[in-house]
Amino acid sequence: MNLGVDIGGIKMKNPVATASGTFGYGREYAGFVDLNRLGAVVVKGTTLLPRPGNPTPRIAETPAGILNSIGLENPGVEAVIERHLPYLARFDVPVIVNIAGDRVEDYVGLAARLDGQPGVAGLEVNISCPNVEKGGLAFGSDPDSAAEVIREVRAATRLPVIAKLSPNVTSIAAVAESVAMAGADAVSLINTLLGMVIDVNARRPLLANVMGGLSGPAVRPVAVRAVWQVFRAVKIPLIGMGGIMCAEDALQFIMAGASAVAVGTASFVNPRAALDVLEGIEAYMRDNNIGDIKDLIGIAHA
Amino acid sequence: MAGVYNKKYPVVKHEETAPGQRLLCLDAPEIALGSAPGQFLHVRCSEGRDPLLRRPISIHFAEREGGRVCILYRVAGRGTSLLARVAPGDHVDVLGPLGRGYTLPSAGERVAVVGGGIGAAPLFFLLAEMRKYYGRYLDRVSVFLGAHTLEALPGAALIREMGYHLDIATDDGSGGFKGTVADLFREASGNRTFDRVYACGPPPMLRVLAAAVGPGPAVEVSVEERMGCGVGACLSCACRVRSAGGAVEYAHVCRDGPVFNLKDLVL
Repeated sequence: MNLGVDIGGIKMKNPVATASGTFGYGREYAGFVDLNRLGAVVVKGTTLLPRPGNPTPRIAETPAGILNSIGLENPGVEAVIERHLPYLARFDVPVIVNIAGDRVEDYVGLAARLDGQPGVAGLEVNISCPNVEKGGLAFGSDPDSAAEVIREVRAATRLPVIAKLSPNVTSIAAVAESVAMAGADAVSLINTLLGMVIDVNARRPLLANVMGGLSGPAVRPVAVRAVWQVFRAVKIPLIGMGGIMCAEDALQFIMAGASAVAVGTASFVNPRAALDVLEGIEAYMRDNNIGDIKDLIGIAHA
Repeated sequence: MAGVYNKKYPVVKHEETAPGQRLLCLDAPEIALGSAPGQFLHVRCSEGRDPLLRRPISIHFAEREGGRVCILYRVAGRGTSLLARVAPGDHVDVLGPLGRGYTLPSAGERVAVVGGGIGAAPLFFLLAEMRKYYGRYLDRVSVFLGAHTLEALPGAALIREMGYHLDIATDDGSGGFKGTVADLFREASGNRTFDRVYACGPPPMLRVLAAAVGPGPAVEVSVEERMGCGVGACLSCACRVRSAGGAVEYAHVCRDGPVFNLKDLVL
């Protein structure tokens, strides 16, 4: 049975990755998950300088989902290189670093700095974070500015470049086409959906940052739809994510056109979720005599 | 993460201890053996996807020999309402023990243990451990517990049975001092000196406590914040602390706490 996939030059031994911001730097879950078994580990959004993140509350539970506004808390790229990447490099797993910035130059600086770092297999360019004032979603909501970021990052690194797209747009397919033209090797979709919750007793927004990003099973149909539309629009591989809790959820994304999937919020509930998804995909393939995962990618379009 | 388990453990006891408060005990030998006072369990309240997240609940006590670990919780929302329905023989999905707990006192220190409402739950495990390892100094330990009413006060009899001196406070005056436990502690500390204080409760209580204890004693408090993963990955449960260099930065309650030194916290 062949589970291997190639995501724009990143060789994954199976299609199951962990989603950025939900798996720390791997070590937080290493007691529950053998990292060697994962298709890829995508680490927390990384910025040039350390970021403290947003005030609390940063998280709210919503129907079958969560709303978060962490605000890209991270120790900055130098600390990630020094403290976290060497740990991950010990495992036989491609590491994809999610990068985020306020300005195009920030992304360029990050791409150049991470080029050639041991263990780094690719960059996921976060042009879709809803929880920061500048950058993030501001780049990803417009096809032209999204393309500009990707073009500059593409020129600054030899690493595979994955554009992480936002669902908070009129046409996600248009943004995908634009970043593909600009040189993206793959796209990740979707980042969280912008949402909010009001605490009726306090009569105020619950999150300190007012709005946050919605994830979990609540968003899954939106994400599957986005993968379906983008698969029809571009030729580059897609990494599908959004509320994947089990193998059946992951197979929906693969059948809609995703070459790989990322497990996110599910890890908070079940630390072993990514491996459970992988084992479930294997069981499905066995039960249905599917010899190669590639035979399932986009099959729902046939 | 060494010594953190994620399994479904059988329920051996589940009962109401006061209106809206429930005691849940699980047969979980490895957790009972490996946990320390102040640590918490991340509990999945139902098998469903709504509500989605686990609930962080502090360990009320652990019986190492008997292999049992117990939590005391307040039925407050959808998650805990679902948890309230599990019965002996059912299994509960638990991740733990998690977080950093309390440091036990040094020999001879004069100790105050201060808890408000259901937040006092983890202090029972601390008191049990102190009795075991600090037994000859029990007369140097003062326990202060507070609740809205005498009925809602958790486990006063148990604390006295353990041999501790206990003072209580109730908001409505139905038992002991009329007022909050922080006010009671402030009055008591007028004529008693403490080297070490352990506390657990909501931020307003901790602020009053911080003002009452002064700079002398080492104060360890357990902090609450909305939590996601419980293992330091999602960074939701941030709380403000003062670093060694004096700068204010975020720590994370699940990994760096839930027990912090009060002097490090920016309340």
